[in-house]
Amino acid sequence: MKELVAVLAKAIVDQPDAVTVAEHEGEDGATVLELTVASDDVGKVIGRQGRVIKAIRMVVKAAAAKEGRKVAVEVV
Amino acid sequence: MRSVEKKGRSVEEATAEALKELGVAPDQAVIEVVEESSKGFLGLGAREAKVKVSVRERPADVAIQLVQDVLDLMDLDADIDVQIRDTDISLDIKGEDLGILIGRHGATLDALQFLTNLAAAKQTGNRTRIIVDVEGYRRRREDMLYRMAERAADRVRRSRRSVALEPMSAQERRIVHLALKDNAYVITQSEGEEPYRKVVILPKE
Repeated sequence: MKELVAVLAKAIVDQPDAVTVAEHEGEDGATVLELTVASDDVGKVIGRQGRVIKAIRMVVKAAAAKEGRKVAVEVV
Repeated sequence: MRSVEKKGRSVEEATAEALKELGVAPDQAVIEVVEESSKGFLGLGAREAKVKVSVRERPADVAIQLVQDVLDLMDLDADIDVQIRDTDISLDIKGEDLGILIGRHGATLDALQFLTNLAAAKQTGNRTRIIVDVEGYRRRREDMLYRMAERAADRVRRSRRSVALEPMSAQERRIVHLALKDNAYVITQSEGEEPYRKVVILPKE
């Protein structure tokens, strides 16, 4: 799941090498994936009105559902 | 993007060397001069030229790569059927049990398509329209929306009362508006806020 977030983010930023994803357990047992990108790329992974991050979350949610998991993606 | 950096006595020489290593023609590459060569002064400070040459990828290549990566990471066994006609690229994903990739009313598929277009534009600088589909879902859904629009318009024409359709994505609302654009008896408009925005069909005065 971590890698899926990384692949999607790397495909759309200027500095793919600066993309990292950290994983930790959230309060409600859900997995939280923290996406870090170069500061100049933050706007790109969020997008206008959050369109890009919403799309990333949507794809990751489908992948998580397939495994019966709950996953949240956050940009930090 | 695949790329190499090469040094040489001149920019031309370094470029030729890099193209040879990448195995591509000049028109398939992006050439960036990192450093010009310099003869120096009395043999001092002479410097070789340095270039960075990258393979110019086609939007379809970027799109296929991303979709394939997503399929692999989701552990989905599927093939991608690629069709390229002029500037239109369409990727139809074929396989068993791909409903999860479509999502409710195609929401997951729309997200994947949006990201694929973004990636292709970002990595190639070309703004091509890429359609990502699963087993022809978009075409089937479009036909369904078309029929639904016609039926609803018929109801409006006979009852002279407006009908609101269920909430849809912008892309789907567009299909409905287009379906009834030339209908002599009704007009259409979108009402409400996303994600509950919907098409309302009204009788023409």
